[in-house]
Amino acid sequence: MPALDELEKAYFALGKDRDFKREIDLLLKTYIGRPTPLYFAKRLTDYLGGARIYLKREDLAHTGAHKINNALGQALLAKKMGKKRLIAETGAGQHGVATATGAALCGLECEIYMGSDDIVRQSLNVFRMRLLGANVVEVAIGSRTLKDAINEAMRDWTTNVRSTHYVLGTVFGPHPFPLMVRDFQSVIGKEAKKQILDAEGRLPDYLIACIGGGSNAMGLFHHFIDDEEVKMIGVEAGGKGIVPGEHAARFAGGSLGVLQGTKSFLLQDDDGNILGTHSVSAGLDYAAVGPEHALLRDSGRARYTFATDDEALSAFELLSKTEGIIPALESSHALAEAVKLVPVLPKDNVVIVNLSGRGDKDVQQVARIKGIEL
Amino acid sequence: MSRIGKKFRYIAKGGGKAFIPYIMAGDPDLGRTVELVRILEDCGADIIELGVPFSDPLADGPTIQKAAQRALSGGVTLHKVIDLVADLRKSSEIPLLLMTYYNPIFKYGEERFVHDASEAGVDGIIVPDLPPDEAGNILSFSRKSDFDIIFLVAPTSTEDRIRRVSKSSRGFIYYVSITGITGSKLSMDSSISSHVSKIRSMSGKPVAVGFGITTPEEASEVARFADGVIVGSAIVKRASDPDASLKEYLLSLRKAIA
Repeated sequence: MPALDELEKAYFALGKDRDFKREIDLLLKTYIGRPTPLYFAKRLTDYLGGARIYLKREDLAHTGAHKINNALGQALLAKKMGKKRLIAETGAGQHGVATATGAALCGLECEIYMGSDDIVRQSLNVFRMRLLGANVVEVAIGSRTLKDAINEAMRDWTTNVRSTHYVLGTVFGPHPFPLMVRDFQSVIGKEAKKQILDAEGRLPDYLIACIGGGSNAMGLFHHFIDDEEVKMIGVEAGGKGIVPGEHAARFAGGSLGVLQGTKSFLLQDDDGNILGTHSVSAGLDYAAVGPEHALLRDSGRARYTFATDDEALSAFELLSKTEGIIPALESSHALAEAVKLVPVLPKDNVVIVNLSGRGDKDVQQVARIKGIEL
Repeated sequence: MSRIGKKFRYIAKGGGKAFIPYIMAGDPDLGRTVELVRILEDCGADIIELGVPFSDPLADGPTIQKAAQRALSGGVTLHKVIDLVADLRKSSEIPLLLMTYYNPIFKYGEERFVHDASEAGVDGIIVPDLPPDEAGNILSFSRKSDFDIIFLVAPTSTEDRIRRVSKSSRGFIYYVSITGITGSKLSMDSSISSHVSKIRSMSGKPVAVGFGITTPEEASEVARFADGVIVGSAIVKRASDPDASLKEYLLSLRKAIA
């Protein structure tokens, strides 16, 4: 608790600090390469034959995913707080890479916790983190995925709280993390709003984003929440289908609970133990969802659905072939929903899909799934 | 007053200190837990902490994590631990605490949990992931019975936080000896004793110290300034040892905590 109080105080103080904001804005532009483009996917639009599809190109951000927006913000915050060391959990490895990058940029030590299962399926990102100077710690307990990596990172933070900042990678965990991560990610929707007004002269009809913890979705949704004509859809990992242990669709198969300092929807058994999850995408393979998504769902402001492994894999291949963009398997879940929804929408409708990351990291795994030896 | 409060009062009268061992309920099975409770009582335990296995024990180190996994794979749940306490109460009046995480209680239903647990003879709970700030409901249910909610204070806790914990904690206050998780290496320095004195004088409640206490020497050192000494991982590690050597270890701790 004392660490959270300290963090909240520092974050609210720096939020009002003009120099800090200027420093972040400059790095967003010159280091991350923002604003990321909003790209009209003409061939995909023609192929699906319905609404006009725009892709918010977070895959073009430095390090290849939206994760850098938050990691860099928190790294700068940690430096200002006088911390010497950053730790983080990672599932797909994108947040680990982003945190390792932020640590290198700020001259901080860095340690990344990653489940053993994820280390196997995301070996490329493990090597990237090591190249960036981070130490990758294998977490071989529990379900050996993202949830267990968060547990270990929290244990480390408890132990080394005086010197260390925990860069939580999603809109989850105890306050102020869900709020702070959302704020750092909200640049996505802020840019997208301006870009779609420039391109179409109006707001979109739909926003679609994938949801693990939910940071890319919150980042896209935040600046549109008051624009009630804009419908928002979050896409969870349906895995092999909605059977306990075979998916990570918290809204489809979960219930209210408290995990890792947050009250939200969880995949759990009748005794309150957290269930194992499965998704082809390591970044969505998580038993809980950010609390603000639970709020948006309960208020009806956003709709939540899921895409299965197979649907995500076909969307992965479809975007690669129609647009020459290899999407992350996480983002492929959002695309899979677009594939279902867009054909039944009128042609004058506008849909923005958050292309939260690029798929280079997934190429080996997809080859493995298809039985192709590289 | 709860069994825990009475026990601390009784011990203080005699000038002693409380020995509070922790074991994981259901590790490796509930039958062994019944045996262990008897052994602990025979070896002079004052209060026993029963761990409730949880899938994601954030405050625990590897020893207790593994014990929880063993208990979970044997199908042990919060319901079964409450039933176990009801069984134990047929033959024992030793104060019993459950150490559990919040989600199993939340899922059980807070009001129902406090009711069922105190009915079974549980005297209180320690919930490491539930700070007093978020404990309003369970505190109000627990006031209806002699059910103690014990909160934790960490070495990094500010005076404000100590005040808040002091106000809410009942039975005793749990001082976490280190910044870290259960079973970590204890580093004895003078700050532990000064923290404990400060918490005691701010709260007027007994302060027990835990996390990382392994040897009789450490237990004896902590007992010099604390009202109680909690030993967890070190006992969990020995829970399947032959009873004779386990008893020898427990008796050495008991002797050290005076």
